[in-house]
Amino acid sequence: MSGVEAARRGLVARIDPAGHPLPLSEAAPGSAGRTGFWRTHRPVLEPARCVGCYLCWLYCPEDVIEMAEGAGPRGQAVPVIDYEYCKGCGVCVDVCPTRALKLVEEPIGEG
Amino acid sequence: MPARMGLRGNEAVAYAVKLARVEVVAAYPITPQTIVVEKIDELISKGEMDAEMIHVESEHSALAAAYGAAVGGVRAFTATASHGLAYMYEMLWWTAASRIPLVMAIITRAIGPPWNIHVEHADIMSTRDTGWLISMAENNQEALDLTIIMFRVTEDPRVYLPGIVGLDGFILSHTVEPVEIPDQEAVDAFLPPRRQPYTIEPGDPKAMGNLVPDEYFEELRMDMHRSMLEARRVIMEAGREYGKLTGRDYSGLVECYRCGDADTLIVGMGSWMGDAKVAVDMLREKGLRAGALRLRWVRPFPWEELREAGLGKRLVVVLDRSISFGHAGPLFLEVSSALEARPSMVGVPAGIGGVDISYEDIARIVEEAYGMVEERGRVFIPVYWYHLGRFYRLSPGAAPPEAVARAAPGAGGGGG
Amino acid sequence: MEPGGFLEALQRAVELRFHGRGGQGAVTAATLLVRAAMIEGKWGQSIPSFGAERRGAHVLAFARIAGRPVPVHSMVRRPHVVVVLDPSLVYVESERAKVVRGIRPGGVIVANVPKPPRLEAGARLYTVNATRIAEELGLVVAGWPVVNTAMLGALAKATGVVSIDSVVEAILGYWRGRVAELNAEAARRAYRETREAIVERVAAR
Repeated sequence: MSGVEAARRGLVARIDPAGHPLPLSEAAPGSAGRTGFWRTHRPVLEPARCVGCYLCWLYCPEDVIEMAEGAGPRGQAVPVIDYEYCKGCGVCVDVCPTRALKLVEEPIGEG
Repeated sequence: MPARMGLRGNEAVAYAVKLARVEVVAAYPITPQTIVVEKIDELISKGEMDAEMIHVESEHSALAAAYGAAVGGVRAFTATASHGLAYMYEMLWWTAASRIPLVMAIITRAIGPPWNIHVEHADIMSTRDTGWLISMAENNQEALDLTIIMFRVTEDPRVYLPGIVGLDGFILSHTVEPVEIPDQEAVDAFLPPRRQPYTIEPGDPKAMGNLVPDEYFEELRMDMHRSMLEARRVIMEAGREYGKLTGRDYSGLVECYRCGDADTLIVGMGSWMGDAKVAVDMLREKGLRAGALRLRWVRPFPWEELREAGLGKRLVVVLDRSISFGHAGPLFLEVSSALEARPSMVGVPAGIGGVDISYEDIARIVEEAYGMVEERGRVFIPVYWYHLGRFYRLSPGAAPPEAVARAAPGAGGGGG
Repeated sequence: MEPGGFLEALQRAVELRFHGRGGQGAVTAATLLVRAAMIEGKWGQSIPSFGAERRGAHVLAFARIAGRPVPVHSMVRRPHVVVVLDPSLVYVESERAKVVRGIRPGGVIVANVPKPPRLEAGARLYTVNATRIAEELGLVVAGWPVVNTAMLGALAKATGVVSIDSVVEAILGYWRGRVAELNAEAARRAYRETREAIVERVAAR
């Protein structure tokens, strides 16, 4: 697939109406495709340990973490991870101050 | 009625910027460009021009600010020269590959050291490969006209690339001559409202300069090249229409003077091509059938025009006001690529660092080159440097370099 | 332009060279001359020559006046007319060599001097005491008499390349108020006081 074709599918960049490829992209989910397929390990939350500090939300390089306000057992905000696009990099696990997030191995050959 | 004023070249550019209804100007002063910005400042402060002037701390910032304004959707302008252009260089690439229309004047000047404020084309020729359209004025009227035309061409959806208007430092920038200033209504009729491929606005976030697959990058560059080739037609259309509105036709990417029946062509760009026209008349009186072909545009390169003009010619002499060290003058290299008919060619770097070159010098240069053709049949000399009435054969491939000085016929050395 | 017309236009042009010291207004004088020519419907061009732009340095400016546009932008090497704004440029031998360089046979030198100097033959010499005119009119900036407008009046008298009326009109269009009036008066007075000098012939070197 040519770069411009890829761009036309909305994957990488934007084409001007006159047909010029531009060094420009707009915010959209999955700019590099469905990166969930990249994952060997997935981050899993233990809600009881979460203090709702937002650090995982802040550090996630793929922006796949949304915070659910008041959804925790003590009414705290807790992260909700979009596994379609979470690539399992482990940054959220690394920055979590209470070890509420853990990396768990993905079962091979499944989803 | 168009007004007729005695203007310096820099002032002519400033009036063009006003007539184009430019809304943002960002610049940093450098000799010999300063008057452009001073005059625009004056027009703004007198209330004759409605624009924002951004005084920045460097030329890199000057183009960055003008680019930012242009991306935001307004007509923007900057001007620089020499070291200022060198400092701005990275932003030239950024602007062009962003496909953002923008116009810049380059008041051509040598780049030091040693220090030199006078004319040379080393600065403007360094922009050749950045994706900007490049035009060169012969006189102050053209400096004004080309600036207005450049806005229209750069904002055409077939082009969407920024453009440079070059004028020779001091020789045009500080020289006063009569300039006709078109009516605002004529310029408004000529320049449609600004068009550009996209704008960046608050509330509509976009990522600029994102990392893309290599294939996409290459295709973007191919498209820039395609647009630059397409620009030729856009320039011809715009130049013709400008002629209808002002009586001054700019449909040609080159200007020819007595080329048709000439067997010897003088090719070059900038103000000294006016002197070349007088040299043509002088040579004709002596029986040498000369003609002058001036490149009004360097990018897109008028390849077709040159190929055609070179057909049937015996000798083509290319004047260069800069040198690509170790090879030849950049115009010589470009012109020789288009001359499929392969006439004799002599490349003559001259006037470097502002050394005065007159119609008499140009006539001497052509007579010398013609004499060599008469003597040897066919010659191809990339570098026959003319300096203070002497010629220095410094072509690549001559081993060891033949640096023998040869006095020009009737040479008494340069004046001034 | 008709083929061959550019050379003819140049040959019919009057080419001038101004010599002054940085700060005396040689460049402005050349510019005002072009404006005066344009008032008369002529074509004109003024070219400053910049080097070390220092107050007091020997500076040059060039001009061409013609009926039709002349396309050249090179410096004037063989002037018909040389205008000298500072007396020392005539009296000091090394400077004088630059003043007379290239002047055409039968050309004209218009000089600001208190008394006629010794000059090489080959050109007619017109003199005026522009310094005194400027001082008497109070045209003094930072202690320097500004003689450029007076010298335009002298140029009009000596050569008629432009008329004194056009010179005055150009001056009045360039400045405003009292400054404009004083400069116009300097030009008029110099026009009246400019005389052809009897040159004591000195062998050319």
